Amino acid sequence: MWFKKKVKAKPEEKLKLPDGLWTKCETCGEILYRKELEKNLWICPKCNFHFRINCHNYISLLLDNATLDEQDKNLESLDPLGFPNYKKKLKAAKEKTNMNEGVVYGFAKIDGIPIVFAAMDFAFIGGSMGSVIGEKIARAIRAAQKKEIPLIILSASGGARMQEGILSLMQMAKTSAELAILAQKRIPYISILTHPTTAGVMASYASLGDIIITEPGALLGFTGARVAEQTIGEKFPPGLQRSESLLAHGMVDLVVSRKDLRNTLIKIMNIICKREKLPAK
Amino acid sequence: MNGIWLDFERPIVELKKKIEELKGLKGVEDEIERLETQVEKLEKRIYSNLSRWQRVQLARHPRRPYSLDILNIITEDFIEMHGDRRFGDDPAIVAGITKLDKYSVAIVAQQKGRDTKAKIKRNFGMPHPEGYRKAIRIMEMAAKFNIPIITLVDTPGAYPGVGAEERGQSEAIATNLFKCAILPVPIIVLIIGEGGSGGALAIAVGDRILMLENAIYSVISPEGCASILWRDASKNKEAAEALKITAQDLSKFNIIDEVVPEPIGGAHMDFELTAKNIKKALLRNLKELLKIPVDELVSLRIKKFQNMGVYKE
Repeated sequence: MWFKKKVKAKPEEKLKLPDGLWTKCETCGEILYRKELEKNLWICPKCNFHFRINCHNYISLLLDNATLDEQDKNLESLDPLGFPNYKKKLKAAKEKTNMNEGVVYGFAKIDGIPIVFAAMDFAFIGGSMGSVIGEKIARAIRAAQKKEIPLIILSASGGARMQEGILSLMQMAKTSAELAILAQKRIPYISILTHPTTAGVMASYASLGDIIITEPGALLGFTGARVAEQTIGEKFPPGLQRSESLLAHGMVDLVVSRKDLRNTLIKIMNIICKREKLPAK
Repeated sequence: MNGIWLDFERPIVELKKKIEELKGLKGVEDEIERLETQVEKLEKRIYSNLSRWQRVQLARHPRRPYSLDILNIITEDFIEMHGDRRFGDDPAIVAGITKLDKYSVAIVAQQKGRDTKAKIKRNFGMPHPEGYRKAIRIMEMAAKFNIPIITLVDTPGAYPGVGAEERGQSEAIATNLFKCAILPVPIIVLIIGEGGSGGALAIAVGDRILMLENAIYSVISPEGCASILWRDASKNKEAAEALKITAQDLSKFNIIDEVVPEPIGGAHMDFELTAKNIKKALLRNLKELLKIPVDELVSLRIKKFQNMGVYKE
């Protein structure tokens, strides 16, 4: 045929917004201009929903000079159980996130005060904790023990990593044991909970902070709502597992907007770390 | 005969039935004897080649001995303590002090119920936060008086309900892991049935971790894993295989220290023999642990958990 066939856009293509320009709020449905949203630290200006950001964003947001002296970057997961599709899953997560695993840790400063900082990344297999995350968190805690400097862990995780079976479960015990030693040395540990932090991570180091801070509206809890409904037929009322509910039930210290997170940390660190010495006897 | 048979036990049951039928007749002694050796062989073959899912079925067997069944046989004068001094008393966890032979010990155990009424009372062995808080209260008391601790683990998992969330299920479990890591007395953990994830681990941090031969211990139930992985809870058999949750698996991963043998056919076939094996294993481990100075004991315990995990550096 000599004439060109007219190509009609499919209806769904017409509706699709140009990638990267606009984003829809998960909670209130508002269509937001991406650049504005970024300037607002990925907080919905309409409903205050805190969009998930990655661990590198938190490094820039919270640490002096946006700098983390990262340690043990090369630790990589194996497939000790020979679990179906796990290797493939790991490979895809590495490509997607450009990380070796779902947590980074290292040395940093907040308002000039040296700390050990660890941040999880939900984008890496739901921030699920297997042997590597457990080991890196344990090493972060050990680094704080050794250097006798405060520890901050920012959590974002669906829980223990099913694909590493019992080895994942044991990471809960491993990290909690290291925190017990840290506490004996009377070194402060601040736990920051972001959306979502649940199950095995919530039931270990995330809940063990001397001070626990959460972002507004974060989903935090032991059991997922779907699992509760399927196993015991109980329906969770809306908001049960949100930061504000945990605050009301006495489970966390502070709900802090992402915009105020660094300032809050600076204030706390200055009070705890720069204090008058008490008389020895 | 216990009256409840699992699907894979059918060939044994049928053969046994045949023997029973023949027993009323005369002149068939040779035939009976022949069949009895056959049963023995069959039992040996079936029970020594159990699949992971078959072990799950044994671990959850309705006639399986529960914590109090075992404690009633192996201890004298068990004094049960109640309550977490914060909210309430959780019957899914039984805690107290007793004597194991000449040794004073504290007991913390998860308890399932046998009949419907007991099942409800014990909440199917699924503890609430107050249960875990009672557990750590008794363990701290034991540490205060230099009394070693024995825990018996048997739970499908920590209770996943609204009240449990509101009262801090996560915090209760985390706090137990945190505190048990450095308690200055020997802690022996024995998984007798189901070791259901964080709900089991909350009373399973210790110096020695033992498992009954047909017990299971897993990060997630086979059903939960199947429903996440294949969106189909009926693929529980495949999930059990993939998760590697038997005592034999965990022994290979160096997660547990010892497998305590069960009678042929499972612990429910003979409570007395099961309890005898358990008592023997507990006493042997206790004697060994009591020789280790407390500081060394705690650092060995921490090292034990530090070493758990497989990764590439």
